Formats: sequence, structure tokens, C-alpha cells
Amino acid sequence: MAPDISDAIIRVRDITVQFGATRVLDGLNLDVKRGEILGFVGPSGAGKSVLTRTIIGLVPKVAGQIEVFGIDLDRADARARRGVERRWGILFQQGALFSSLTVRQNIQFPVREYLHLSQRLLDEIVVAKLGMVGLRPEVADRYPSELSGGMIKRVALARALALDPELVFLDEPTSGLDPIGAGDFDELVRTLQRTLGLTVFMVTHDLDSLYTACDRIAVLGNGKIIAAGSMADMQASEHPWLRAYFHGKRARAVMS
Amino acid sequence: MSGDPTLERVAQGDGLALRAAGSWTAPFAAVLERIVADAEKLKGSRPDIFIDASQVSRLDTFGAWLIERLRRSLTVGDAEAKIAGLSANYASLVDEVRRVKAAPADVSPPLTITGMLDQIGRSVAGFGATIVQLVDMLGAVLAAAGRVIIRPTTFRFASTVHHLEQVAWRAVPIVGLITFLIGCIISQQGLFHFRRFGADIFVVDMLGVLVLREIGVLLVAIMVAGRSGSAYTAELGSMKMREEIDALRTMGFDPIEVLVLPRLLALIIALPILAFLGAMAALYGGGLVAWLYGGVEPEAFLLRLRDAISIDHFIVGMVKAPVMAAVIGIVACVEGLAVEGSAESLGQHTTSSVVKGIFFVIVMDGVFAIFFASIGM
Repeated sequence: MAPDISDAIIRVRDITVQFGATRVLDGLNLDVKRGEILGFVGPSGAGKSVLTRTIIGLVPKVAGQIEVFGIDLDRADARARRGVERRWGILFQQGALFSSLTVRQNIQFPVREYLHLSQRLLDEIVVAKLGMVGLRPEVADRYPSELSGGMIKRVALARALALDPELVFLDEPTSGLDPIGAGDFDELVRTLQRTLGLTVFMVTHDLDSLYTACDRIAVLGNGKIIAAGSMADMQASEHPWLRAYFHGKRARAVMS
Repeated sequence: MSGDPTLERVAQGDGLALRAAGSWTAPFAAVLERIVADAEKLKGSRPDIFIDASQVSRLDTFGAWLIERLRRSLTVGDAEAKIAGLSANYASLVDEVRRVKAAPADVSPPLTITGMLDQIGRSVAGFGATIVQLVDMLGAVLAAAGRVIIRPTTFRFASTVHHLEQVAWRAVPIVGLITFLIGCIISQQGLFHFRRFGADIFVVDMLGVLVLREIGVLLVAIMVAGRSGSAYTAELGSMKMREEIDALRTMGFDPIEVLVLPRLLALIIALPILAFLGAMAALYGGGLVAWLYGGVEPEAFLLRLRDAISIDHFIVGMVKAPVMAAVIGIVACVEGLAVEGSAESLGQHTTSSVVKGIFFVIVMDGVFAIFFASIGM
């Protein structure tokens, strides 16, 4: 099944988001194509997480239109919205695991809601998902408060992937992981994208991830997308922030 | 391109091919599970069974795992069942789930008589532990207070005033309203029943003694336990959850000195004030009802009140207030600092903060009643 590259899975048009008098996003346009891994970068506080949360529907927008899977989320009724929500998975920056449920219950939670499966299959799926994110099955009966920061990230990813979504939003997935873990994580995202035809919207600061995992990079600045394109386009750009970001000391270390 | 998943049995030479087709994906997982369970019964029936996945139109981890599960159950001894016809993409997915080991069993303890007895035993022992924790906290607070008295500059004045505003000033309207209404009710009920004996005027005695000695302070203490005790527990508990208390400790601050002492002090100052205001509101409410409902003129009410109560009644009420405040505050802080990582734990400790707070307030009230009776007040 070859992913149809021309097809936009997320279409963001002229969205404006405002908190009090501060305008965070100002007439922003963005397309995410089916089957690609989009890396989303920008200075801290530029509104990367705000854009993600606006697309998901957690932050109200002042103006603009958002279509996910070709469905306008403002006009969709509750049923259509639920349909969309079943097809995406979200990894929050802090994990957002349910603290009173075990890892097993956290991962099974969305599966139980939508599918009626035997307990045996549910348990096997948990082990499979944990294995995919590089965790051992023994972790399943721990509570989130008993996990390390990196493990929380992985469990949260396993939960985001629980229903095999078509689209995943990853908010800084590799922050807090050791470099080897982060490399595995990038590899995992790529494998999933290849095998499941997954589309990935990844907010990241990790240059390694941008180099190894992302097909396309979009840069946010002043409430707009200031550049979008391949890694080569980014490196060729004359924009001062892009130059600083992609030609800085750390970038050179990654490239060499 | 996607259709209902199937698993066809096709004879191929000596062997048997299980030909999977359609969408082997999450939405069909329940159907797939039955199909696979059915096919698993073929184990050992034929020497050469293999899985043909060439017709699968869509595959995700659910489907891949079920194919892998089928492969494992068809494997006899060392002769591993094969999976044929997987496209490269899907093969890597199946490889991914291949590493899955058998799922560990979900262990939930069975419900037994001994289990229940065990629970009861633990609760009883837990009560003893609660007392120890309270005494421990009392000691820690006194030690912190001692340090602050020696070096008064370390006292958190701003924090104390802030908490005083929260627990005293902002509580005035609700405390005033509730005690006013309680005063009205006591007065009305008293009049209603005393009238039959022609003893209307004694309602003033009852109201005065009851409100100043018992109801005023007890009711306000219960309200404060519910309103401020729970807030203290929730604040300290969520700080504990987010490692803020550990952060304080590593910076060389004593959490008891920084967090507990100002809160406790604010409560000890607030409760007598609120108890006094509450008692006044209750007397006012009772007097109002006595006048409007019972026809007791305000002058007569005040005259009777002056005869009925002495300063002792007022002192008995007021002496109890700071002690009850300390009990509520210590219980709330102990519970707050006992919160562990989960939201559920925060809820449990907030509940038990209020429950224990009210329980100890009532126990203290009983102890005071015995004490004052024996010294003749």
C-alpha cells in the first residue's frame, strides 16, 4: 500500500490563536501530507505546542479552519469527531499518563473503549506495544509514578499507538531520552511509518531526529510558518534563525 | 481495497495453506481473534501447515500479532510454521511483534475471608500509625517554631498573612451565613417545644449556652476542616506529587518551616476569630427568630441572655478554638505530605484529611467537656 503523497491529512488554513492581548498564531497555513513525518521546529515559546493543541482541539482559535482526514473539525458533529479521534494518537510532552492506572491499564484504556477484545488479546497487545517502544513486559504492572522520565515517554507513545492510528502527534518525543534511546525512538517512528503508513506530526528540538527521522521540516516564527521543506532547503535558507539553528555548533556536530 | 478479513484453508500439494485476506486491522480485531482461535485447532492435524499472507490488503500491529500468534500455535516442536507472501513492509511489522514474549498474567488478589480480616487488621493498625504521625508532625512543628523564635527573621510573614486571608477573611461570609441559620433553627425549635410548657423565655438560656459553649466553635471547626483542611492537603499533596517539596529540601529549606508552620499559624489565628463571629451570628439569628416567631422583644432577649450566661461559657468556647485549629492543621499537613504519585492517592488523602480532621475535632470537644466539668466551669 503506497501512501498517496499528494493527499493532505492535516490542512490548516489562516488560523489565529490569541491569549488575551498576545497573538500566538497569526494567520498560519500548514499542510501535512499523508504518510510523511513532519518535523516542526521553532524557538521556545513560538507556539509549537499551541499549534498542536489547536489542531487537536484543546485550544480555541479566533479564526481559521482546520481539516483532519478531510473533515472540518468545527463543522463535524460529535460522531464524526469521535471517528477522527479514534484515528489519531497523541503523545503529550509530559506523557499525561493516567496516574491511578497501571501501565497495562493505561495502554488498554483506549482499546477497551473502541474494541471488544478478550482479556488475553488485550494483554498480548500491551506486551507487543511495550516491546515496540523498547520496554520489557514486567513494566506493565507498574504505576506511572514508579517509572523514570524516559519510560514515561515510551509508555505514553505506546498508549498513543494503542489503536494503530493513522496519524500521531508527538510533542517533543525524544526530550528526556538518552541519545541511544532517542536514536531507537527515531528508528521506531520510521519503522512504524513504513509499515503502518503512519503520518507523524512531530514537535522537536532534537537535530538528530530532524536529520534521521523527518521527511519534511516546518519552521514556526512570529506566528507563521517561516519555512517548510526538506533538510537541504533548511540548510540553504538565508533566514537568520534558520542559519543559527541549522548551522550552529550542535548542528555541525550532528552533520559531521 | 479493504474488506472483511478472512482465513481460507487451501490445500497445496501435501501441505495446507492458511490464506489470510482482507484487512487484518484493529477495527476487525474481535472477528480476527475468533478466526485465529478456530485455525489454531488445526495444530498437529497436518504435517505441513503454513500461513499465506500474500492476499492481506492491510495489516497493523493487531493483525500482525494475531498472525504471529497463529504461527506460534501451529508450531510443533522444532518445526516452525512458516509465514509466506508477506510484503517487505509487513514483514518488518511481523518481525517487530515476533519479539513479544507470552504475556505475564494479570494478578489480582482473590477476595477471601482472610483477605477481608487482613484488611480490618491493617486498618486498626493504621489508626495507631496515624496517632504516631500526628505526634511526629506536632514535634516537627514545635521544633520548627522553636527555630523561628530563636531567629525571627526566618519567619514567613507574607505567607502567613496570605493563608490568613484564605482561611479567615474569605471564610467569613459562609461561616456567618451557616451559623446564622443554625441559630435561627435552634431558636425556632426551642420555642416550638418550650411553648407547650409556657417556658418560651428559656429558649434564650438554651441558645446562649449551646452556642457559646458548644455549637459555635464545634460547627465552625467542622466547616474549617472541610474548607481549609482539605485545601491544605490538596496544596501540599500536589506539591509533593510534582517534587516541589523535594526541591525545597535540596535548596536547604525545611518544608515544615516554609509550608506547614505558616499554614498552621494562620489556622490557629483564624479559628478563634471565626468561632467568635459564628457565635455572634448564631445569637443574632436566634434572637431574630425569638423576636419575630416567639414574640420575645430584643430588650427582653438581651436582659435574659445577660442573666443566663456568664463569661465562663464564652471562655470555654474560645479556649477550644485554637486547639481544634491545631488538630485540623496538623492532620491536613500530615495527609498532604503523605500523598504519593497518583491522582487517586491525592483524592484519598484529601478525603481522609477531612474525615480525620472532623473526627479529632469531636474527640477533642469530648475531652474538653470532661475537663471543664471536672474543674467546674
